[in-house]
Amino acid sequence: MATIFNKRNGIYLILVIALFMPFIVPNEYILHVLALVCIWSISVYGINIFTGYTGNLSLAHIGFFAIGAYTLGILTVKAGWNFWIALLAACVLATILGILVGLISLRTNGHFFAIYTMCVGYIIYLIIDKWDSLTGGVRGLIGIPSPSPIGPIRFDSLTAHYYLLLFFLILTIFITKRIVQSLLGRTFIAIRNSEELALTIGISTKKNQLLAFVISCFFASLSGALYASFIRFIGPEIGSTFLGFEMLIYLIIGGIGTISGPVIGTLLIVFLTQSLQFLQEYRMLIFGPILLLIVIFYPQGIAGAINDLTSRLRRRKIKGNRQNEDKRAGVEEVG
Amino acid sequence: MELFFQQLLNGLSNGGVYSLVALGLTMVFGILHVPNFAQGAFYMIGAYVTLTVMTLFGVPYWIAMLLAMLVTALLALSSERLIFHPLRKSPALHQMMGAIGILLFLVALAQVIWGPNYQKMVSPYGEAIKIFGITFTQQRLIVIFATVIIMLILHFFLTKTMIGSAIIAMAQNREGAYLVGINANMVAMLTFAISGILAAAAASLSSPINLVFPGMGDLVIMKAFVIIIIGGMGSIPGAIIAGYLLGIVESFGATYISGEYKDVIAFVLLVIILTVKPTGLFVRRAN
Repeated sequence: MATIFNKRNGIYLILVIALFMPFIVPNEYILHVLALVCIWSISVYGINIFTGYTGNLSLAHIGFFAIGAYTLGILTVKAGWNFWIALLAACVLATILGILVGLISLRTNGHFFAIYTMCVGYIIYLIIDKWDSLTGGVRGLIGIPSPSPIGPIRFDSLTAHYYLLLFFLILTIFITKRIVQSLLGRTFIAIRNSEELALTIGISTKKNQLLAFVISCFFASLSGALYASFIRFIGPEIGSTFLGFEMLIYLIIGGIGTISGPVIGTLLIVFLTQSLQFLQEYRMLIFGPILLLIVIFYPQGIAGAINDLTSRLRRRKIKGNRQNEDKRAGVEEVG
Repeated sequence: MELFFQQLLNGLSNGGVYSLVALGLTMVFGILHVPNFAQGAFYMIGAYVTLTVMTLFGVPYWIAMLLAMLVTALLALSSERLIFHPLRKSPALHQMMGAIGILLFLVALAQVIWGPNYQKMVSPYGEAIKIFGITFTQQRLIVIFATVIIMLILHFFLTKTMIGSAIIAMAQNREGAYLVGINANMVAMLTFAISGILAAAAASLSSPINLVFPGMGDLVIMKAFVIIIIGGMGSIPGAIIAGYLLGIVESFGATYISGEYKDVIAFVLLVIILTVKPTGLFVRRAN
């Protein structure tokens, strides 16, 4: 009986619900928000791989999100490239830039690294804001096309677009899971727990941190490019430090260093923000304190709290079973 | 030549403001090893409190400034008690997130209370005066002198009083300070209060030159981080020198290189410095 409600079946259930979402939801608006959740989640998974698993705080992440969005936007609008080639180009460019930035910035440590990357992020933002002729400056870029059709599959309807984004999100989660559960993921965690110790047992910490950083940049730019083609308008504010902080909040509230955390956090907060429309500008009045409480009392976020709870329940169950067995054994002995 | 002196003066006044903010940041960092992103929000709140008491109650400029210092000191102190103190044993990442949480909350709070618009603070020193054929606004001169006076007061407080010496001792060597019986909690609270006071003073002084708006602390705090890295994390003289240096470099950069990219200068400077010397300039050896 109990085996029906195991973790694997739970995940299948969520997958099925996600797949049938366009038929379940009452209006297009909710589907639109869900599509946004898919986009942000991909980026948050990127932060999670670097910040959550290797333990360094990168504030340049949002800059790479903006690079992805603007590369796609400029290539499709100004150069008239095909969407898919532009998407690939956006990811490749961000990956190359990520390698360069990572090579230099990872020579610094701890707080220096956070501040260094914050400066890099801000420089990216300012360049986008000031380079009028290329990026359109404060006016931004408009008319970014939807993904071009693959064979007979077209992406001009919201439902089709949602499926495309969901596909990318599932792919991202799958890749993250494979990375985290592989030796590479263990290496990242070893670095997070103690860089010195990792070095002593022969892990090349800088090389692994760089790899995590580049993976994180790749996801950021993928998410940025998808955002650009979904919203079809981008302005320099998508590279602002504040938006970067917001993504970090999704991650921390959902659960940093967990596999389900990014999607839980993003889903929860994006929906809360959308349903509390009147709060739009003031949402940090609520999420700021929530963030503080979570950081202080549940450093592992919601996913971490759930994990704690299930493992405690399981322990209690095992304990209960053992007591039952003991009792039975006792009865047999007496009998 | 006139332009040169004009820009030097602008650089000195901006630099003084940067130095004050960076001083608070560097003191907190030296003692608690927390990069306090919320300092920019304290700066912004300080400006709004000054502006509000001046316009609503007609309080004179200097008294309004003192009130703002008091309010931000209490704010900084309570954030230490409520957030940084419970987090002192957490990993660095969580402390940074705590600071970011305070920052975002205070910015949203300011938007609710005072609205998102830009506001002008009118100081009683609006006139321009002419010395040796160069025009200065009085406010800029006041910023230059007032920042120096505040720094001197801070200096005498830190070197001539027992409490000040306790702060210095803890910044130099934590364990040593514990051993001689310094109350770490008291020092932490005091340091946060001082950083709040410095931020509010800087904000009240610079607001009549610039404008008051919820995001006014963002750029200042980022530049203050640049300053404390250039000046050596935790070093007080370093923060002062680097603050003035940045102010002057920016001011000349804006006139002689490009006004558009004035704000990039600080960050490019930092990226270059950290690229060449990843541990930062003038870093003291670890205790």
